[in-house]
Amino acid sequence: MGELNRTPLYDLHVALGAKMVPFAGYEMPVQYALGVMKEHLHCRAQAGLFDVSHMGQVVLRGESYEAVARAFETLVPMDVLGLGEGRQRYGLFTNDGGGIEDDLMFANRGDHLFVVVNAACKEADIARMKAALEPEVSVEEITDRALIALQGPAAEAALAGLNPAVAGMSFMDVVTVELAGAECWVSRSGYTGEDGYEISVPEAQAEALAKALLEMDAVEPIGLGARDSLRLEAGLCLYGNDIDTSTSPVMAGLTWAIQKVRRAGGDRAGGFPGVDRIFGDLAEGVARKRVGLVPQGRAPMRAGTPIFAEAEGGDPIGEVTSGGFGPTYEGPVAMGYVGAAQAAVGTELFGEVRGKRMPVTVAKMPLVPANFKR
Amino acid sequence: MKYTEEHEWLRVEGDLVVVGITEHASEQLGDVVFVELPEAGTEVTKDEEVCVIESVKAASDILAPLDGEIVEVNEPLVDEPGKVNEDPLEGAWFFKMKASDLSQMDDYMDENEYKDFIG
Repeated sequence: MGELNRTPLYDLHVALGAKMVPFAGYEMPVQYALGVMKEHLHCRAQAGLFDVSHMGQVVLRGESYEAVARAFETLVPMDVLGLGEGRQRYGLFTNDGGGIEDDLMFANRGDHLFVVVNAACKEADIARMKAALEPEVSVEEITDRALIALQGPAAEAALAGLNPAVAGMSFMDVVTVELAGAECWVSRSGYTGEDGYEISVPEAQAEALAKALLEMDAVEPIGLGARDSLRLEAGLCLYGNDIDTSTSPVMAGLTWAIQKVRRAGGDRAGGFPGVDRIFGDLAEGVARKRVGLVPQGRAPMRAGTPIFAEAEGGDPIGEVTSGGFGPTYEGPVAMGYVGAAQAAVGTELFGEVRGKRMPVTVAKMPLVPANFKR
Repeated sequence: MKYTEEHEWLRVEGDLVVVGITEHASEQLGDVVFVELPEAGTEVTKDEEVCVIESVKAASDILAPLDGEIVEVNEPLVDEPGKVNEDPLEGAWFFKMKASDLSQMDDYMDENEYKDFIG
């Protein structure tokens, strides 16, 4: 194991009493003094500040946005060309087998494409982009900026306290604004199911911005523990758990992320890795699907819990890929894969916990309604 | 009070031994969200897994610290698992057992030894 990296906010986390843990090659705060449960509830009730600087920030530049977008469409099954200036979209890097190499956010920032990828995948993602896009498109990893997420119903008022312009943004808008004296790239998005913002801020000014936000009564620092339970309640996939190189976007229930223009019959249909399997899955359906799961008892069903159709006997028909306790849901929550025949909402199944089969119900996701500002 | 290396405490009450987990353990676990208790009347042997507690992070086992019989369990904990964090030393005891050999208690740490153990 090599040395762990530290984000520009490392010293602040330690000063705030965070419990630091290794995560994707970084020393990251898993929780602060409040604890996971209260941090989670605070984020849903007011606003939580997250350090997500471990994620990769990449700028793609070429002759024009259009040139970059056309090139990027060879790597993702998303409509990149049709994305408006100042808008952001969720995307997936697929592989030749139609599996998912990573999930990401990409934004049209006028003369360039700004991409945010997962920490654990960023080296591979950057290598993939360089191999496929250079020299026509330059692939520049941004290493001198931190990334902060401010999430929750009070996020707008808190951030607008530093610059009122952010209040006018809609979900998935992207702007460049000054916050606490720093030039920030702000998107109205996040990964908690709450309204909020992600803010790319120059490294040298990151701590001052974080402190300015934390000074506000509504804002508390939130660690990775609560980030995981928030995104789970919100029905959002964690790369490496819920989606991976073997899961197709259709199995994962991410077909909404593949715009019509890239699907069969669309103006720019196909042309991305794994198109055959993905088009096949779209046309014919899939054998297994990602679903929300609500254990009927109190015992959490964690990742790896096998799912059965019957209370006794038979082979597993699926598996939990993320599971735990949902503080807002006030009970155990999970998501996982089950056979297509068992994927209808309301289907009663059984998860085997410590050798005992416990009832679990297929549930509509998100388990806690999203609170985005459309 | 005696303490095990698994961060359980043992307190003798009359002819019974009451078992819970230490404040240190409860802090390390984080928010406890689920407790599965044994049934009263269960015969147990030392180091056998008898309870499961789950925090927001992970599941942990509680071991029987002594040979004997579980005679009473703290039922309200099932509905209020958070008590394990709020009141680990009093309200959140897990079970009371009748030990078949109380001298097994002698193997465990006293308070000072436990304090050294957790550093």
